[in-house]
Amino acid sequence: MNPAPSVILFTVLSGMGFGLLAFLGAGFVQPAGWLAFAHWGLGYGLAVGGLAASTFHLGNPQRALRAFTQWKTSWLSREAWAAVLTLLLLAPVALSDWLGLGWPRQIGLVGAVACFGTVFTTSMIYAQIAAVPRWNNWTVPAMFLSFELTGGALLSGQTLPALIGCAALIAALYAHNTVGDVAFAKRGQTLGKATGLDIVGAASVFEQPHTSPNYLMREMIYVVARKHVLRLRPIAFGAAAIVPAVLVAVLPSHPLTFALAGVIHLSGAAASRWLFFAQAEHVVGLYYGQRQL
Amino acid sequence: MTQLPTHTDKKLGLVIDLDTCVGCQACVTACKGWNDQGYGAALSDQNPYGSDPSGTFLNRVHSYQVQPDVGAAQIVNFPRSCLHCEDAPCVTVCPTGASYKRTEDGIVLVNEDACIGCGLCAWACPYGARELDQAVGVMKKCTLCVDRIYNENLPEEDREPACVRTCPTGARHFGDFADPDSHVSKLVAERGGYDLMPDLKTKPTNKYLAPRKKDVPQEASVLAPLLDIQTTGFAGWLDKVLGKLG
Repeated sequence: MNPAPSVILFTVLSGMGFGLLAFLGAGFVQPAGWLAFAHWGLGYGLAVGGLAASTFHLGNPQRALRAFTQWKTSWLSREAWAAVLTLLLLAPVALSDWLGLGWPRQIGLVGAVACFGTVFTTSMIYAQIAAVPRWNNWTVPAMFLSFELTGGALLSGQTLPALIGCAALIAALYAHNTVGDVAFAKRGQTLGKATGLDIVGAASVFEQPHTSPNYLMREMIYVVARKHVLRLRPIAFGAAAIVPAVLVAVLPSHPLTFALAGVIHLSGAAASRWLFFAQAEHVVGLYYGQRQL
Repeated sequence: MTQLPTHTDKKLGLVIDLDTCVGCQACVTACKGWNDQGYGAALSDQNPYGSDPSGTFLNRVHSYQVQPDVGAAQIVNFPRSCLHCEDAPCVTVCPTGASYKRTEDGIVLVNEDACIGCGLCAWACPYGARELDQAVGVMKKCTLCVDRIYNENLPEEDREPACVRTCPTGARHFGDFADPDSHVSKLVAERGGYDLMPDLKTKPTNKYLAPRKKDVPQEASVLAPLLDIQTTGFAGWLDKVLGKLG
């Protein structure tokens, strides 16, 4: 699948933002005054900025509000609702922290759960697609939620949750790679099966239906980057989880430590998310004979 | 709405006969021609006369080489368009309700005025049946020529999809699969029409008919008999003389 910058920004930034909002809502850190404004502002900024980035690739973004109508069947619509409701739910807690209003924080706990619910709906947009076997399994929500946990813990300066998050992330990334690498083969789809021609014999592409790439090939048959996979995977593991874990474990618990670990984690998250899209193969590639070998 | 109907009165769709398709691309051209004028946004082209032409099409014809266990390889032309699935994954993922499946005839359509062009339906379709028009930013797909099949301003013989009407070899058939006595239902029953990627559980309406088995086995080489020509008369005399010289 095409690793469009808009979807990478959307999933990485909003995931991290909702992670930070979850830790703030749950009261792991309770800043006051302008420090609270900075914390909540960063959380809201990342979450809203990510959501705004998701509209960049729309053909008709002026109609984006219509995306709220089909929550009964569409995970994308559910994600829109979950994101807006979560942001609204946490607003009183954010205001109370910033202005020192002393309002009860119970709603913050509900908001924290809603933050994880929102990222779950984001992950299901991808995990629901049966035509992309690498995505169509439980490892996608596991990975997205682990990223949220790690990002949120790092940005809110929580050592133990950050270490737990990094461990979960390593496990989730490993599971996603392991399950994903064999998912297409396990689905058992081939050119012969997709066309039904295997009842005649061994099918191969004789001539493509068009002479230059079309929307389908640009969007769903992204072969250029597959060769970088082996180099990028260790980078994603290292930057997203291993280096941040080592930093927060070894260095003193100081905002600068978490800022450094957070920035490195962000770059790892971006690399990992790029791979998430670039490596995913859509079954339509079979009709074009463009399966990864 | 993006909830799929539990039942459709008709199941309109196509039967595509891979045995008769010669890969002439007439259906591709007729589809583009008809759908460029009328229903929804026109199918745009990008850089059509340049070095890298690209454009929106609702029907594509692939060509495959199929090598049987014995005998020569065959070329099979394979038209690919929307299959109007009963459990259409493209419909349920749509966040805006732009994609829908009609209760009356099962046709899957896009309401272009509600489409935000997110592309998720094209991702959800296993068959590559949907293409996002690059000029207007809305999703385009086969409408089964909904503006032809019910159009009483057209002569009756034209009230079928443009691809079916134009096919010079009769490789494309249009009809109602809910009616067991329809032309298409009978064809499917007689020839063993099959679904594409049935394990993805999309329940396609359109069916494909496999190429028939060759009734006469092909010789390994059509040139083989020419290699041992016995000439007579003047050519025979010339052959003999030249043979002696050589």
